[in-house]
Amino acid sequence: MAEDEGVDEKRRDFLLTVTGTVGVAGIAAACWPFISSMNPTLDVQTQSNTEVDLSGVAAGATRTVAWRGKPVFVVHRTPQQIAAMAQSAGGKDPAPDQARVQEPQWLVVVGICTHLGCVPNKTEEGWLCPCHGSVFDNSGRVLQGPAPRNLEVPPYHFAATDKIVIG
Amino acid sequence: MAQRLIAWIDQRFPLTSFIKRELTDYLTPRNLSYWWNFGFLAGFLLMLQIISGVFLAMHYKPDVNLAFDSVQHIMREVNYGWLIRYLHSTGASAFFVVVYIHMARTLYYGSYRAPRELMWWSGQVLLILLMASAFMGYLLPWGQMSYWGAQVITSLFGATPLIGDEIVLWLRGDFVVGDATLNRFFALHYLVPFFIVGMVIIHLVALHHVKSSNPSGINLADKDNIPFHPYFTAKDLFGLGVFLIIFCGFVFFAPEFFIEAANNIPANPLQTPPHIVPEWYFLPFYTILRAIPDTLGGVVAMGLSILIFAAMPFLDRSRIPGGARFRPFYRAMFYIFMVDVAVLAYVGSQPPGGLTFKIGVAATVIYFAAFLTLPFLSRWEERWLRARGLPPALQALLDSETEPKPRREAR
Ligand code: FES
Repeated sequence: MAEDEGVDEKRRDFLLTVTGTVGVAGIAAACWPFISSMNPTLDVQTQSNTEVDLSGVAAGATRTVAWRGKPVFVVHRTPQQIAAMAQSAGGKDPAPDQARVQEPQWLVVVGICTHLGCVPNKTEEGWLCPCHGSVFDNSGRVLQGPAPRNLEVPPYHFAATDKIVIG
Repeated sequence: MAQRLIAWIDQRFPLTSFIKRELTDYLTPRNLSYWWNFGFLAGFLLMLQIISGVFLAMHYKPDVNLAFDSVQHIMREVNYGWLIRYLHSTGASAFFVVVYIHMARTLYYGSYRAPRELMWWSGQVLLILLMASAFMGYLLPWGQMSYWGAQVITSLFGATPLIGDEIVLWLRGDFVVGDATLNRFFALHYLVPFFIVGMVIIHLVALHHVKSSNPSGINLADKDNIPFHPYFTAKDLFGLGVFLIIFCGFVFFAPEFFIEAANNIPANPLQTPPHIVPEWYFLPFYTILRAIPDTLGGVVAMGLSILIFAAMPFLDRSRIPGGARFRPFYRAMFYIFMVDVAVLAYVGSQPPGGLTFKIGVAATVIYFAAFLTLPFLSRWEERWLRARGLPPALQALLDSETEPKPRREAR
């Protein structure tokens, strides 16, 4: 009999491994609610839509609105700007201008630098990020600097000819 | 009466023997210079920050709509609120000054070497905790610099492959730094000091086990050790007095010296200030971050620039004791490294741009090169010093150390 011959080492190892694994899994599962509680709360997640009235934005001007707390640039582009943008393919992250706008005179991009999250400042040719010097063109495409991607285009649609809804 | 009370306690708790062992009979090398004062000063500042922080927390409100004003309220309406806040804000900078000097002393005198590796590593953990605490505390006044500093630093985690965006969202609890972020930073800013205190205890237990290093780098004979109390308590307190004169000079006469002007503007998530800079104590690391054009590469380099200190006990392969004092090449390297860190800090304070960028890249290369060449340099230096002849006593000491490990030499 096993009892007479002493300890069954294999069985003991097996039990140790199983209890250990279940214990660690249990602790990990118990951590989850705490980790998850740090994610955005429901009220933060639901502030999703922002309406923008375009009628007051003159050609060449930019309006900055907040969408989910983030700045969004709404630019009324001039015909020259549209023509210039249609000709270039951008820089590091090439994308045609038509794919980034719904109406060529309205450019809508999230005003957060894709590098480390600063808000770029408007210039004649587009934007310049004050933090580490990324340069964007009038289509929000990155031309120079450390930013890896173009400014993000948020989901939006035209509710009327002079009104868009972002989100 | 008092004696009976102490006897009563001693039966139940090792009070007298503890004081004896750790203070009045604790042997300390008598040749410690004032460079050995800075650990004590760091301990003092930890207490100052905890105490002033607790009193600030009684008036502060961690809410995006109230935070900035509650700091102004502390400054204007709370009795002595200005003093407590300036002690806390100046104390944070002083803490880094003291800790950086403490680290520089350790590097100069080679105090990180065996058997003090665990002291060095626990100190490294303390530095990282201190940085975390300082970073989170800096958000609380909710000024423009606070806000954009936090926005940029939390964005760094976005460089994590695959799940970067989720991590950033999780850290902030919002799509941008917001109310959730401010609240959790406040909670964690209050929590981290407890970890720091715990780690300090480990640091001190290790210290009292291996004893203080000293400028000569060798263990002194018994007659050259003197009790910590009263000799070094007196010396530490004198050093504290000198420190406090300078510290109070800043608190009372230049309290805004360490505060960025832009932080007196309330945080505006829609407008980044034209030139954002981190607090001075992060500048060298910030330059290393910017020196690498790739985000992930920059973040990794910045992390490594702090963590690489932990490798010092392995990188330094020389067995000549006494650190830089008796090692001319290591000493030269130490000073080059100090100058390099100063250059990195200067570049970090400047706007991004052509020439400063190039200097930053060069300084970053030198920074890492200093660590990576150390194994070769230290070996070569030891041979060079031996060839020129060591003092006989030191020669004998080194020979006796190598004997038990002949296999090492054979390789
Ligand atoms: S955040 Fe815009 S360039 Fe770094």
